Amino acid sequence: MLWTAATALLSHWRRRPLQLATLVLGLSLATALWSGVQAINAEARASYARASSVLDQKELTQLVPRRGDSIPQGTYTKLRRAGWNVSPVIEGDHRIGNTRVRLIGIDPLTMPAKAGGFKTGDTSNLTAFMSQPGVLIVSQGTALKLKGHTQMQLQISPDMPDGAAFTDIGIAESVLKRRGELSRLLVAVEQRPDLPSLGTIAPEIARKEPGDRPDVAQLTDSFHLNLTAFGFLAFVVGLFIVYATVGLAFEQRRATFRTLRSLGLPLSSLTLLLVTELLVLAFVAGVVGVVIGYVVASLLLPDVAATLQGLYGASVPSSLSIRPSWWATGLAMAIAGTIVSSAESLWRVRSMPLLTAAQPRAWLRATTVGIRVQLAVGLLLLIMSGALATFGHGLMVGFAVLGCLLLGAALMLPGVLSACLAVLQKRSSRALVTWFWADTRQQLPGLSLALMALLLALAANVGVGTMVSSFRLTFIGWLDQRLAAELYVMARDESEASRLRAWLPARSTSVLPIWSVAGEVLGDRLEIFGAAADDPTYRDNWPLLSGTVDVWDRIAAGRGVLVNEQFWRRKALGIGTGLVLPGGWEVPIVGVYSDYGNPKGQVIVGIDALAAHYPHVSKLRYGVRVPPADAAGLKERLTSEFGLPAENVIDQTTLKRQSRAVFDRTFVVTGALNAFTLGVAGFAMFSSLLTLSGIRLPQLAPVWAMGIRRRDLALLEVLRTLALWLATFIAAVPVGLALAWVLLSIVNVEAFGWRLPMRIFPMDWLILAIVALAAAIVSIFVPLRRLATIAPSDLLRVFANER
Amino acid sequence: MLLSLRNVSKSYTTAEGRLDILKGIDFDLDAGESVALTGESGSGKSTLLHLAGGLDHPDTGQILSAGRDIAALDDRGRAEYRRAAVGLVFQQFNLIPSLDVAANISFHAKLAGRHDREWERELVGRLGIEALLSRYPEQLSGGQQQRVAIGRTLAARPPLVLADEPTGNLDESTGDAVIGIMLSLTKSAGAALLMVTHSSRLAQMLDRKVHLSGGKIV
Ligand SMILES: Nc1ncnc2c1ncn2[C@@H]1O[C@H](COP(=O)(O)OP(=O)(O)OP(=O)(O)O)[C@@H](O)[C@H]1O
Ligand SMILES: [Mg+2]
Repeated sequence: MLWTAATALLSHWRRRPLQLATLVLGLSLATALWSGVQAINAEARASYARASSVLDQKELTQLVPRRGDSIPQGTYTKLRRAGWNVSPVIEGDHRIGNTRVRLIGIDPLTMPAKAGGFKTGDTSNLTAFMSQPGVLIVSQGTALKLKGHTQMQLQISPDMPDGAAFTDIGIAESVLKRRGELSRLLVAVEQRPDLPSLGTIAPEIARKEPGDRPDVAQLTDSFHLNLTAFGFLAFVVGLFIVYATVGLAFEQRRATFRTLRSLGLPLSSLTLLLVTELLVLAFVAGVVGVVIGYVVASLLLPDVAATLQGLYGASVPSSLSIRPSWWATGLAMAIAGTIVSSAESLWRVRSMPLLTAAQPRAWLRATTVGIRVQLAVGLLLLIMSGALATFGHGLMVGFAVLGCLLLGAALMLPGVLSACLAVLQKRSSRALVTWFWADTRQQLPGLSLALMALLLALAANVGVGTMVSSFRLTFIGWLDQRLAAELYVMARDESEASRLRAWLPARSTSVLPIWSVAGEVLGDRLEIFGAAADDPTYRDNWPLLSGTVDVWDRIAAGRGVLVNEQFWRRKALGIGTGLVLPGGWEVPIVGVYSDYGNPKGQVIVGIDALAAHYPHVSKLRYGVRVPPADAAGLKERLTSEFGLPAENVIDQTTLKRQSRAVFDRTFVVTGALNAFTLGVAGFAMFSSLLTLSGIRLPQLAPVWAMGIRRRDLALLEVLRTLALWLATFIAAVPVGLALAWVLLSIVNVEAFGWRLPMRIFPMDWLILAIVALAAAIVSIFVPLRRLATIAPSDLLRVFANER
Repeated sequence: MLLSLRNVSKSYTTAEGRLDILKGIDFDLDAGESVALTGESGSGKSTLLHLAGGLDHPDTGQILSAGRDIAALDDRGRAEYRRAAVGLVFQQFNLIPSLDVAANISFHAKLAGRHDREWERELVGRLGIEALLSRYPEQLSGGQQQRVAIGRTLAARPPLVLADEPTGNLDESTGDAVIGIMLSLTKSAGAALLMVTHSSRLAQMLDRKVHLSGGKIV
């Protein structure tokens, strides 16, 4: 009995393969985008965790200096003597060849086991590690870059992130020129119970408990949140398809259900059969989706890696490993999505009376009341979004604002469209035009899900596009200002640097030192740069967000400091606030500058003051101003006359091109996800139109009988689809702009600490409109061909008794 | 002569093979005349009506209306003919579901370029559907729908009205009432009427009666 019933139910799909394909494909695409994004996220997260556990030994308690950036050797000795089980670390940035490496000097003998990442191995290894010229433990990628530029032996460890190296502390001490100055101390987990307190032995250092989250993960969280939000959006768009298709398939099988039940199949068995059918479909679609998702993810991952590297300096391997967890989540999402979107249909089967006439159009009939309720809920959500944007704080609030905005706008769409169509219908006097609007309005309930999905996809495109373009334009303008010097040169060592300082001035307009030291300010590690504030390069080009009138004079005199926007926002600083720089040097803040794309804090002081307070600052890098026409000549002389390797002289154009390249790859990911989402929405539209075309004959037949040709009806059908797409597109533009505004002014500030001015690019919308138009035409093509070639007898059958 | 069918034949190709439905029909209809078309189920009455209405085209033969051969027209010409020269009333689905009753009634008249408010008002009054004007088709009963369909057809003042069992879905008394109104209205509009019906009682009410059998008029 059960088997016979199952065959009867399944025969439906055999007769409607396109419907089956729509259902499976819709769900697969939704799952694919979701699981693809999850795969990327999982990969990136895993690599941050690895990176930070290796580099920062974040699981361990650490001892750090209260002031300045070093702990004297003596303090360490004192602690060891008092019985503290601590291990010293010296770290700093070091240039090998052209590569900047974060050098972390450790003491293999006292290093706590839990610090991880580094295996002391056998004694012969240990001896090599601890003696000259030393060993660098690096990643595969870093090893390739360093090969040939250092005498130190390179040892590859899969746990190392790119751009960092472990070495022996003695070697780090000499390479970094930090005689007896330790960066921090690691505290082993195993300690004697009766230790004297830190305050009594070494009040000059502070205890830092293990952070629960790695720094870089915090920074990139927002990026992943963005990705997840996108994945979820695409998933929801896909569920619209599933909802519509399942609803139709159930409605079309009403007669079968009724027959089966009147033949004695209990309701529970029918439900069981239907649920099983849905679960099987969901499972199949889920597997297909996860596979597509894997492909999508592995295509996108190289760009994601480049994005994260570009934005945050976080390194992510650009190949994907298969994690069982996201297989499981992908499938679970597919199944949960199917259940959610078919719950209503299932419920209706359960509550279906045995004897009612079939209502093939009932599933479409979203009543006026329904549309009105939707309108009200949508409006409420928009108001909530506005209120949250005005009064709320925090990244999650930012995303809540986004969510309310998108959902509210989507819910309002059918109601607003319906109202507009009603007005158009009233204002038209020609019969055919009136009918056109009225008929379009009648299609709305059946198309509303697809239109809502389309709105979301288009708004996301407009919004993210605006954000990216604003970002790009601002960034490039900012690069032009920041990279004002024509040439950037780097000496290989201090003696060459001093030769350079003597050689350059006679051959250039001015020479701008680019020197920096790393240090801790207000508890954050940041870079302290020196600026030749007297030079017009700074006075004319350096973009300031706010500052005192005489900013540059005060910087030049060493009586002020500039801070970057992110540091300024994070610490809620104000002009005039005093800052204590490493070494106890206290200066007031005189200005704030924008520093896009830099996750870290940064401060700028006068170059003379920098050199005076931090005599050990490395003086290797310089910006050189020359008349632009002479730049190429000077570059040539720097290599041939002065003897610098060519790669140590970079001209501004190359540098800008490189920066731009990094930046452009940055947003390939969002672009790709945008395109996918639009694709899924287009597909939703296609399947809705196809569905509708099957039940439209009774609506079209009378008009045809009264003397409108099939060809004209088909043309009107195209116009109708285009009109709906156009209306949705027009609605999507303000929603998208609002989305961009929220991204730039709320989410970005909360996530990255800086705010971008929003710029508007109507040309981009035009391109999007053309793409959407193409998608619209594709989506109507199949239903249209059906209509244009329909036989008169099919239309005539509508009027006869046979229906 | 308003409409003449000359040696019209029509066949359908089905899975079982060729099905000859009409085999050389000759038939004339004068202006203002009302004719009942009867015949067994499946004898081809609807088919004949569709050919006369320019909804389908015959395999052979001529369908002459005001001197023009409808059978020789292309898709555009036939659409034009339907718009201007005929009014159709079917058994069901006559009305446009997205338009209210008022808009349905003036739809064909506007398409034909013969919209006449006075006449429309008179029709609505005589059909007794004043109260229904702002309703939608799905909110009407079958009899009400057919009355609106008749109003819609006559509002366009076509010289020829073709009706295919217009009351087939209605009960007898409602059906009789609707037919009564239709007859008197077509008469006062001066239109000719060709009506398919199964009921000899209804056929009696018309000027003339033709019977279709074996693919021929007998
Ligand atoms: N499109 C078609 N394809 C194949 N056969 C058709 C088609 N339309 C009608 N027929 C067949 O042509 C014959 C005549 O059909 P028609 O609808 O004209 O009959 P009818 O006289 O109107 O019958 P009824 O009184 O039942 O309405 C029937 O046998 C029908 O099955
Ligand atoms: Mg018939």
